[in-house]
Amino acid sequence: MNSLLGLLIAAPLLGAAVLLLGGRFVDRVAPVLGSALAGLSFVLGAILFSNLLGKPASGRAIDSDLFTWMHVGTFKADAAFHLDQLSMTFVLLITGVGTLIHIYSIGYMAHDEKRRKFFGYLNLFLAAMLILVLADNYLLLYVGWEGVGLASYLLIGFWQHKPSAATAAKKAFLVNRVGDIGLAVAVFLMFTTFGTFTFQGILHPSVVSSAGQGKATALGLVLLLAACGKSAQVPLQSWLGDAMEGPTPVSALIHAATMVTAGVYLITRSSAIFNAAPTAQLAVVCVGAVTLLFGAIVGCAKDDIKKALAGSTMSQIGYMILAAGLGPIGYVFAIMHLVTHGFFKAGLFLGAGSIMHAREDEVDMRKYGGLWKKMPWTFATFGLGYLAIIGFPGLSGFFSKDKIIEAAFAKGGTEGWILGGAALLGAAITAYYMSRIMVMTFFGKPRYTTKAEGGTSPEAHESPAVMVAPMVVLAVGSVFAGGFFSLGSRFLHWLEPVTGHSEGHSPVSTGVLTAATIVLMLLGMGLAWFQYGMREVPAAAPRSIWPVRLARRDLGQDDFNHAVFVRGGTRFADGLAEFDAKGVDGAVRGVAGAVGGGSSRLRKLQNGYVRSYAFSMFGGAVLIVAATLFMRAV
Amino acid sequence: MSFPLLTVTAAVPAAGAVITGALPAARRGAAKATAMGFALATLVLAAVVTGRFRPGGAQYQLTESHSWIPAFGVRYQLGVDGIAVVLVLLTAVLLPVVMLASWHDADLPAEGPKDKRRPAGAFFGLMLAIEAMVIIAFEATDVFLFYIFFEAMLIPMYFLIGGFGQKYEGRRAAVGDSADESSVRRSRAAVKFLLYNLLGGLVMLAAVVALYVNAHSFSVPALQNAHLSTTAERLIFLGFMFAFAVKAPLWPLHTWLPGAMGESTAGTAVLITAVVDKVGTFAMLRFCLQLFPGASAWATPVVLVLAVISILYGAILAVVQKDIKRLIAYASISHFGFIILGIFALNSRGQSGATLYMVNHGISTAALMLIAGFLISRRGSALIADFGGVQKVAPILAGTFLVAGLATLSLPGLAPFTSEFLVLLGAFEHTPAIGVAAVVGIVFAALYVLVLYQRTMTGPVKDGVTALKDLKVREIAVVAPLMALLLFLGVYPQPVLNVVNPSVGHTMSALHKQDPKPTHPVAEAINGGSR
Repeated sequence: MNSLLGLLIAAPLLGAAVLLLGGRFVDRVAPVLGSALAGLSFVLGAILFSNLLGKPASGRAIDSDLFTWMHVGTFKADAAFHLDQLSMTFVLLITGVGTLIHIYSIGYMAHDEKRRKFFGYLNLFLAAMLILVLADNYLLLYVGWEGVGLASYLLIGFWQHKPSAATAAKKAFLVNRVGDIGLAVAVFLMFTTFGTFTFQGILHPSVVSSAGQGKATALGLVLLLAACGKSAQVPLQSWLGDAMEGPTPVSALIHAATMVTAGVYLITRSSAIFNAAPTAQLAVVCVGAVTLLFGAIVGCAKDDIKKALAGSTMSQIGYMILAAGLGPIGYVFAIMHLVTHGFFKAGLFLGAGSIMHAREDEVDMRKYGGLWKKMPWTFATFGLGYLAIIGFPGLSGFFSKDKIIEAAFAKGGTEGWILGGAALLGAAITAYYMSRIMVMTFFGKPRYTTKAEGGTSPEAHESPAVMVAPMVVLAVGSVFAGGFFSLGSRFLHWLEPVTGHSEGHSPVSTGVLTAATIVLMLLGMGLAWFQYGMREVPAAAPRSIWPVRLARRDLGQDDFNHAVFVRGGTRFADGLAEFDAKGVDGAVRGVAGAVGGGSSRLRKLQNGYVRSYAFSMFGGAVLIVAATLFMRAV
Repeated sequence: MSFPLLTVTAAVPAAGAVITGALPAARRGAAKATAMGFALATLVLAAVVTGRFRPGGAQYQLTESHSWIPAFGVRYQLGVDGIAVVLVLLTAVLLPVVMLASWHDADLPAEGPKDKRRPAGAFFGLMLAIEAMVIIAFEATDVFLFYIFFEAMLIPMYFLIGGFGQKYEGRRAAVGDSADESSVRRSRAAVKFLLYNLLGGLVMLAAVVALYVNAHSFSVPALQNAHLSTTAERLIFLGFMFAFAVKAPLWPLHTWLPGAMGESTAGTAVLITAVVDKVGTFAMLRFCLQLFPGASAWATPVVLVLAVISILYGAILAVVQKDIKRLIAYASISHFGFIILGIFALNSRGQSGATLYMVNHGISTAALMLIAGFLISRRGSALIADFGGVQKVAPILAGTFLVAGLATLSLPGLAPFTSEFLVLLGAFEHTPAIGVAAVVGIVFAALYVLVLYQRTMTGPVKDGVTALKDLKVREIAVVAPLMALLLFLGVYPQPVLNVVNPSVGHTMSALHKQDPKPTHPVAEAINGGSR
């Protein structure tokens, strides 16, 4: 079994190598080869899963130590992997959704001349993401962490000839690097404190508490910084909306279902540290609560279907981060929501991709409308994903999101009311913006004229089976996963040995909360229907009041960044460049001039006598040393 | 007497320099082939040196010692430790690669005055001369012997910078720059290079003399046991350190580097930053730390702060450069900051990391600079603004440039990450605030690399780039080994660390230092139990 673990990662890594180095020879087989290796990885994951299930709950772990990566004195970093229930959950999500999206891409990217690279990058992403969740220490995790960042960079900027894509890719990498500082400092701090940075070494309550709460808090905060970068949480959220420049399957896999949830993994994995650091946990829940509202509000204001969904992703991850910050009452539900979100959000993005595929990459929902008749499969699967995300009773999101709202209230005290209130409010806004998307896209009259009718738009048509099939599978997951996981609390029992679990006591009864959630959901749906279903949707966004305009501009995130970092930074750097040319260089030249006997002399030197001068200087130096040595010797 | 392997390793390129330089100017092909032959022979010898070196054995191995100027105790004394071995090997690996990349850089231009250019034999001969001098500087265990070659390598370097500028394929494109202007700029840059380094050398010379006056020896092993008064040790240390900090270069003594790298050919620029400058950082490890441990510890706070300034300053200035080669030069200033940071962290993570950093930086900068050179010679301009959309017309060039760039920003999986991590860890172990300040450099590194890539390679294809050709077979032969090394050392740097670690151990004992212990060590039962 240990060798299977290595093979699991090796399969997509091999795919990436062959596809990226293979040149034109592999062009034809690229889509099938890439998908097959992703599938192989999933099969291996399933075998490992059944193996783990065969073991007693307390001993479900497989280790694989490959080689020593770096070894200096007492510092030892290994390329070693650790599979337990938490990483197993991620492996199945990553390879499962990953394989589906590879298959979908066979259809979606069929006409792109750089297909081979696309599948190579997707394989590279899978390998890096698997390293991230399977690493048995924080340094190897860092490798996967930056590896997925690279894959994300390459795929956001996949259409490099578009300046907007290239800019978005760069922005994503840079913002993520800011977060990476946190992870790097975390590793340094772990090593200087504990002498190791392996999970098995550090992640015990007794070990963490031996260092004191101050160290634990510092560790928690730098890990949170890292999580904010990768998971697009406030204040490092600004890259995710722009990341939608990438091909839509990429948005589904990397920027919705898997990579952006890595921050939740990091916090949950480091539960021993956060449990010992209440201040850090408070920071985590604040980030989560703020982001879940931030993303939801942005999601309400976007007309670009992918950007609206990106706002939603940010918001849903905010829920997960909030849950993870709650400690043992929330970890399991953070991961459960992560998995169900993986199904329905990937499904929603694939649906959006299917529409774009039919409409020549049109993303403006104001130019959609009435698509349910033209694209029945897309409508059905997207619709089920929609019901799942708004928490319609019985579907996946209902189970996972309600648990988080409940846990937030269970935190107790004023905090509990604030966090719970934010989570409830978020649920209402989610229902609003998702209904808005649903209505604008599928209902009403078509707001475009096809070429047959003398317009410019192509006739919408259903996507090919190779794209529809993955959407159907994801829709099935969106419907049933939540209920299946909750049946007999099986997801809880599966993860509990790793994350721990404790029941909280909500001041509001479960029944009341569920009822409140459903009422708020219906309110959100109703409002959206009133605004977009009962009236005509204008083809251009109307001029509106300032809060809406602000939301449309992502609540001013880019204006702020631009004013402070871009403009301020450029001015600072230009000033520094001038200082370098005049200040530093001038000072040194002045000294040199004084040594050389005045600046007029120096100017003369620069006009041509310099060689002889330089060599006379060198010769003089040699003479001096020879003379000195000679004198001493005599 | 055993076979003088170290002498021969330096003598072969020296002989090659003389022979290549002496060939008649008309026999260009023969000169190139001869030079390449000698460079490859040197590589074989360096490999033999590496193979014969026993990590964990005596501190200096393969030693040779002959009396030279007995009156002043100057000896012709050679020996290598693990640090010198990997740097000799790096030099020997890079030279043939640089030569292959520069294959046509000294060819006479199709048009223009012929007397303006020196023959190819001189160009390649000067490169071999530099290689010989650098190798002997790495091997010297006599301070005076080291000093001579430390200074002497300025001469061929000066002629390489001043005499041979970037050559463009075909016509000089629309750069608005006459040949005369660029040659004036070039000789100015060469002069600046020379003045800075001569000044450093003069200060060091005084310190070398003072060292002899105080300790009556030039032999490194003997000097390690010498006792200097605190004041003398500190003054002499400062003299040495000044020269090495000019060469490395350390802020604020860096201003010669951008000009020198910007005006010379890509190959020469690689020789400056990847080979010659390494002598400066190497010498800090060998001479400053080992001969003046007390003074090194005394100066550490200042040097660490200067190193952090170099890291951030170089990186920020790289972002705003308009010229590709100057951008890479400022990036190198940032990287030298990292190397010096590691050296003066005064612990084994820092020093092993710094040594590994020298190797990795040599490879990654060579890759980035040489590919940039291919790009620049095609377009006839080094201005970033003259490029755009190159990935569309030359995907292999753009792809390899991106890999070299990612190595430069220290992406995990590529070689520079391992060394940068070790250096930063070492700095953090010394003073957490310094480590954290230096880590911020990784964001700026990402910024200058990705901005460079975006502006040159992505977007719509610019005019003047449309007909750009992708890498030729010769150029791929230059790039491929560098890429392979970046990948291999990124995944498996341990072979280098195995050679370097014991030597760092010697330095640590010379410093009377031990690595800091963890503040709250994990109990053995939990840590060691699982494996």
